[in-house]
Amino acid sequence: MSYHSFLLEPISCHAWNKDRTQIAMCPNNHEVHIYKKEGSNWNKIHVLKEHNGQVTGIDWAPESNRIVTCGTDRNAYVWTLKGDAWKPTLVILRINRAARCVKWSPKENKFAVGSGSRLISVCYFEQDNDWWVCKHIKKPIRSTILCLDWHPNNVLLAAGSCDFKCRIFSAYIKEVEEKPAPTAWGSKMPFGEVMFESTGTAGWVHGVCFSDSGNRVAWASHDILPFKSDPAQTFLTSETLPLLCVTFITENSLVAAGHDCYPVLFVYDSNKAALSFGGKLDVPKQSAQKGMTARERFQNLDKKATTDSKEAVLESLHKNSISQISILNGGKARCAKFCTTGMDGGMAIWDVKTLESAMKDLKIV
Amino acid sequence: MSKNTVSDRFRKVDVDEYDENKFVDEEDGGENQLGPDEAEVDSLIRSYPFRNLMGALQAVLKNPPINAKNQNVKDRAEGLVLKVLSSFKASDIEKAVQSLDKTGVDLLMKYIYKGFEKPSDNSSAILLQWHEKALSAGGVGSIVRVLTARKTV
Repeated sequence: MSYHSFLLEPISCHAWNKDRTQIAMCPNNHEVHIYKKEGSNWNKIHVLKEHNGQVTGIDWAPESNRIVTCGTDRNAYVWTLKGDAWKPTLVILRINRAARCVKWSPKENKFAVGSGSRLISVCYFEQDNDWWVCKHIKKPIRSTILCLDWHPNNVLLAAGSCDFKCRIFSAYIKEVEEKPAPTAWGSKMPFGEVMFESTGTAGWVHGVCFSDSGNRVAWASHDILPFKSDPAQTFLTSETLPLLCVTFITENSLVAAGHDCYPVLFVYDSNKAALSFGGKLDVPKQSAQKGMTARERFQNLDKKATTDSKEAVLESLHKNSISQISILNGGKARCAKFCTTGMDGGMAIWDVKTLESAMKDLKIV
Repeated sequence: MSKNTVSDRFRKVDVDEYDENKFVDEEDGGENQLGPDEAEVDSLIRSYPFRNLMGALQAVLKNPPINAKNQNVKDRAEGLVLKVLSSFKASDIEKAVQSLDKTGVDLLMKYIYKGFEKPSDNSSAILLQWHEKALSAGGVGSIVRVLTARKTV
């Protein structure tokens, strides 16, 4: 487990490059900073300044080495590395509200942007005119799209929105790909078709994630954590503060994190078709319990009206809500390391093996 | 000055009603939900004052008028729940909360917060005791679910 505090401002969003030596992130302003790991230090090597509003989403395509960023200025830029500098290309999204999240598709020939104008822009590169063109998915979205995730077949897109629903859309663009094979979610997939729409949640959907095979999807809603594995749908009511981001680390296990400042493991049992709480993943505090003198007890009672010796300091690694989780090694099938960034400006890298050995009854199926 | 500044009726127009992008909740049928059965709950409270208070709690949490359009149904249900909650002894509250399942605890939390909205006499103190026990059973998550629920009890 390593924790690096980048700055005092929250990290709005982050993305890693292919070999995980560089991280691009937005320090809650209009810029994107790229840091490179040299030894044990993180050095800022590039600053990408083009947006006029806060950058809300960054995604780094591992194979083609392009970065796409989107911001509250209603624009998205695709950055390519030319020599030693990143050059931006504007993408016209045709939205009239802020863009909220962006994701490259698995084959990196298109990307999707979720926005506050109640639509998803799916953009692809048109060779003839040498620019990025976008198509809109509008129906039946009724509020801001907060999060997106692509299915491994490069066509299906899961979107979580503020109208309390998580939907799976088809983002099939006939100009750049052939017809997809039938999947667990359906076989006819024209552009914009809703393959699945969730029911039963009453809160905003903050995070959504497909499993590695694409047959399962989990989303973190403000009130519960639902999970759908065709054909069963199950959910887990959380006893903690709402979760903001969720990701699969194996086909049956999820890690989610949110306002409680520590990541949590959930395990899905396919025999019982039930999701269960696996354990709290955090550094166990090694602090010694020192005895309280009578004077300290009285002081506590006087100042804080409490007899506890617990300090009002969070014991978790992150000191503020965790807003994004990303997988570093192993993919979504056998994740070995994942990274979390949060509103405390820090980034923590978690190693699954050490977590498994540290917490004794933790089982990652 | 000029004549057309006399009328101010335009100030009373609710602009949001005419917004074509206005979010309208889906309407689920609420006609069948009449709220807990008053006679059943009363009899359970009165007959065996100690043993069947648990039964009274289960009965009063049945049939919550979540979608009912009629405000009276909701008020009556709230009053009934408050009656049952106040007839418990302080030491029995914890056992009663343990006997509820997860949805029951969530529903109890909803009624508790509804009760906070209209305090009367001693109701807040009793509700706070119930709140403490329900919180230890349901966790902070149950409060989040009360706050995010669009269909209130």
